[in-house]
Amino acid sequence: MDYLINLSILFSIYGILAISLNLLIGYTGLVSLAQAAFYGIGAYAAALLMTKAHMGFFPAMLCGMGLSACAALVIGMVLSKFRGDYYMIASAGCTMIVYNVLMSWREVTNGAIGIFGVPRPAIGDFVFTSNLAFLGLAAAFLVLVMLAAHLIASSSFGRVLKTIREDEDVARIFGYRPLHYKMLIFVISAMMASMAGSLFAVYLMFIDPSTFKLVENVFLLAIIILGGLADNRGALLGTLILIGLPELLRFTGFPTEIAAQMQKVIYGLLLIVLMFLRPQGILGKFRI
Amino acid sequence: MSALATDCLCKNFLGVQALRELSIEFAEGQCTGLIGPNGSGKSTLLHVASGLVPMSDGAIILSKQRLHCIKPHQILKYGMSRTFQDGRLIGQMSVLDNLLLAMAERKPFRALFQFRKNEDLARAEEMLRRVSLWDKKDVLANGLSYGQRKLLEITRAMATGADTYLLDEPFSGLFPEAIEIIAGLIEDMKKKGKTIVLIEHSMDLITRLCDHVIVMDAGKLLAQGKPQEVLHNADVLEAYLGK
Repeated sequence: MDYLINLSILFSIYGILAISLNLLIGYTGLVSLAQAAFYGIGAYAAALLMTKAHMGFFPAMLCGMGLSACAALVIGMVLSKFRGDYYMIASAGCTMIVYNVLMSWREVTNGAIGIFGVPRPAIGDFVFTSNLAFLGLAAAFLVLVMLAAHLIASSSFGRVLKTIREDEDVARIFGYRPLHYKMLIFVISAMMASMAGSLFAVYLMFIDPSTFKLVENVFLLAIIILGGLADNRGALLGTLILIGLPELLRFTGFPTEIAAQMQKVIYGLLLIVLMFLRPQGILGKFRI
Repeated sequence: MSALATDCLCKNFLGVQALRELSIEFAEGQCTGLIGPNGSGKSTLLHVASGLVPMSDGAIILSKQRLHCIKPHQILKYGMSRTFQDGRLIGQMSVLDNLLLAMAERKPFRALFQFRKNEDLARAEEMLRRVSLWDKKDVLANGLSYGQRKLLEITRAMATGADTYLLDEPFSGLFPEAIEIIAGLIEDMKKKGKTIVLIEHSMDLITRLCDHVIVMDAGKLLAQGKPQEVLHNADVLEAYLGK
């Protein structure tokens, strides 16, 4: 049972990440590989503020989201100078910079050793010590993010994002300023990823920079492409499949090392087959 | 009085002069036909006037303001809207959302908290019924026929409530029924006192709809005047027919 609860917590955290990235790639057409950077900023902000400043989880998470929003404003302005493949490459550079700061700024981040002893969140006297209680918290945040993403997608703002994705000139001709819209969704998405990072830090009670590498973005990209772009249910379905798949391989009886490699082969095969059969993903409404 | 004018407007594309010191006026409340052979600079003029292509020299006079630089997002503030020759609808968005795009809040923070408004929906229904597209309101624009796409595009431009419309070949490739619907829409706009700049190759439609015609050739003004006068002008006939 505890195994399923742990899996569900991971699903909730990655679900938040997938939805946040889907707002950028699926709805706006911004193929960003910077999401792991904001995930890392949120995780480290919460871990540092909780362990060194003894701040509570919720204010620490909000500080992390604020810091990510500021970083997203700067990064978003820089990325706005790029289009298409160049945008993707430049955004990957942002993740690499954040990863290297986390690795190298040892006085603050503890470098590769990471930060131990991050406390679990508490509301008053109630501490989310048990994984079941923590699942409730993570699921509540997932529902909150899903609701926010649904409202964004169905608002006038969401309609403009879809227009920008397909034809920025048309958006301009109708009086919209694509840069403002892209900046705002980039900041919102970064804040969501930061929230997931804070949850991840207090769930494991330990973080190190290895989680926030460039490859994490590729995993998130695979999730939303598999589940379907421009559909929040698709992002969750992709999360379910790619979080659940390696766990299923545990029961195949293969040695751990072989199962780990098989998992990556299956990811790759799934994506190739999907690109042939349904390029917009299982529930997707948009093709890159 | 002119709703839109150009003053010595030039546009160069890597040494090719698409517009050469063009000075023309589009009278307020009139439908002006903009004609000329392919490559004469008609569409370039519309792109420059709507800010999609920067001008190389000269100026555009819009809402009594002399502008040397126009940003596309500003043209609605100057009361202008346009359609495109290649019908640029948002293909993966519904017919209704394509139309609502022209009516919704422009500021991003306000747009976040704005959903489909009843008055916008009522207006959209009326406009879509007019072009027989209400039944298709939930269909993706990609799923429309060519003619329906053209109808939706002109309806979307009209939904902005602008005073001046730049229409780039709205009739091209349409079947007669759709031509009649669009011609009816243009006639309605004229009755409402809107200014229309119409790029069109069909002389019958130009004669029927336009109060004034401007003929361009090689980026320059070749002739202008009443449709019947201009269409019998020797220079115009030579530019079109080469004799």
